[in-house]
Amino acid sequence: MSSGEKFLQMLICIALFFGVVAVILLLTSKLRSRNGERIQFLAFVLPAIALIAIGLLYPAINTIWQSFRTNTATGGTQFDGLHNYHTVFTNSQELKVLRNTALWVALVPTVSTFVGLVYAVLVDRARMEKFAKGLIFLPMALSLVGASLIWKFVYNYRSNENDQIGLANQILKTFGFHTYDFLLTSPWNNFFLIIIMIWVQAGFAMTILSASIKAIPEDIIEAATLDGVSGLKMFRYITVPSIRPSLIVVLTTISITTLKAFDIVRTATGGNFDTSVLAYEFYVQSFRSNNAGLGAAIAVLIFVLVMPIVVYNVRQMRKLEAR
Amino acid sequence: MTLADPDVSVEDVVVHETAATTAKNKLTSPWASLIAVVIAVLWTTPTAGLLISSFRPESDVKGNGWWNVFLHPHFTTDNYHAVLKGTDVDLATYFVNTIVITIPSVIIPICLAVLAAYAFSWIDFPGRNFLFVSVFALQIVPIQVTMIPLLKLYVDPHIGGAHFISLTGADAPGGGFYTIWLSHTIFALPLAIYLLHNFMSQIPGELIESARVDGAGHVQIFSRIMLPLMAPAIAAFGIFQFLWVWNDLLVALVFGGGSLDVSPLTVRLAELSGTRGNDWHLLSAGAFVSLIVPLIVFLSLQRYFVRGLLAGSVKG
Repeated sequence: MSSGEKFLQMLICIALFFGVVAVILLLTSKLRSRNGERIQFLAFVLPAIALIAIGLLYPAINTIWQSFRTNTATGGTQFDGLHNYHTVFTNSQELKVLRNTALWVALVPTVSTFVGLVYAVLVDRARMEKFAKGLIFLPMALSLVGASLIWKFVYNYRSNENDQIGLANQILKTFGFHTYDFLLTSPWNNFFLIIIMIWVQAGFAMTILSASIKAIPEDIIEAATLDGVSGLKMFRYITVPSIRPSLIVVLTTISITTLKAFDIVRTATGGNFDTSVLAYEFYVQSFRSNNAGLGAAIAVLIFVLVMPIVVYNVRQMRKLEAR
Repeated sequence: MTLADPDVSVEDVVVHETAATTAKNKLTSPWASLIAVVIAVLWTTPTAGLLISSFRPESDVKGNGWWNVFLHPHFTTDNYHAVLKGTDVDLATYFVNTIVITIPSVIIPICLAVLAAYAFSWIDFPGRNFLFVSVFALQIVPIQVTMIPLLKLYVDPHIGGAHFISLTGADAPGGGFYTIWLSHTIFALPLAIYLLHNFMSQIPGELIESARVDGAGHVQIFSRIMLPLMAPAIAAFGIFQFLWVWNDLLVALVFGGGSLDVSPLTVRLAELSGTRGNDWHLLSAGAFVSLIVPLIVFLSLQRYFVRGLLAGSVKG
């Protein structure tokens, strides 16, 4: 297809959509009675509900069901109990995936929240605060593919005698160390992938926390100052306790994002060199290895891991809203 | 903090203070400033390095580090010509794909969600709350859980025994874009409905009541009163959804079926990173071609983005 045809298809799609919406609005605009209201309600709600039922609810149930089935020799599938889940928790390759995922979920939320918090406190009410915050926040606007490329370039490896083009190895060389293949050497390569995610997420933490630091009532800070509290003590005993609810929301939110992110692993290492995580393993098993049952089990596992965090997160957010 | 509140923005929080309190409140040691500067440098240098490299000649990019540019400044836009026009990379085509994917994927879910949110807030219906809570609860389904069954539905859409036209393959309607548009729409709906409903239910009921007394129907109220009032909330969600779709890799990869005709920039870049992993003059320019639009959107509409960000953080 040429570009022109693509834009034409896009306009057709949008026109079709608005046509349908216009018909719904026109047909229901004259309805006033009680029954008319009910028809109106359905006309407004059903397009969205139908899409959600077909596109989210049915597939989710289907995937849970598939996770208990495996491929047969004839190309079909058969019920196989907990076999797929057994594989996830015993197979040595899958165990590495679980270990890596645990590393990601342990490190990304804590470190990025810590960096975000420290930075938010340091630049709070400083000169050029907006500009300083923009610098850290910028990575949030980039795609994870773009972020991975940016860091792959930093990690670029060449043997010691060559001119380096990767910043990290240039620094090693300048200080007299041997150059190091950051993305190839297991298990430490996991940490260098995690750094990419921390780099992206710190801006999110900083922005949310900065807003709640500014919301701390002035009289609390003044009272503490009169009592001679300042510097690190102020941070530890006044700032952190005051913004605790926001801290929890930030931590849980980044945990959820981290559990679901697969772009970084795929772009930076392709899951090789023992760097795969659950979200990437799902993709490989489902779409590369033709192992839909195992893929489904991994997807359900992500679901089960994410669910309690989301529930907790939503409840915390409602508390924040209520304040 | 209200998630989609029109009046409170994170960036808008006005700080009233005197010079004296500023001095007292700050961690005034030089160490504090040093740490802040170190973090800022750490966070910006990687991007700056790639940006500078994208404007260096190929031999320079491959020969030595980008920091040498400060000693020997050579700049060129050849790399951008190569990635946009060159037949082997041809990012211009993928740029078009990304735009074609993104625009309907932002407009359609917003319209559907505004309609549904209005009905959930202001039209009486038995079981309304149950329906709304169900929609809200489906937010927690990670998109990975839905992918394979949804893909099968696209390949062979059927209800019972009745089969419909396949949305994938060479003869697919819309050249195969419908699978991606539909998927982004579906994945956006629960969050969009939830956010817009939250916002809409804060609008005073008397406004609706008096309009009804004056003889306005729901359609008039919806289009004349609600839509204008909703503009900030729609903007907040719209920007969030825009960046989400523009930067998405997984949905495009799975539902684009690997067809280059419908693949966005992210898919192409990820592929280049595998096949042309050492051609950093192309990769750097390619990365910035994909980053430029979200950067502009982000810088110009930052206020709205920050607001939508927290609310949208549990998506997919």
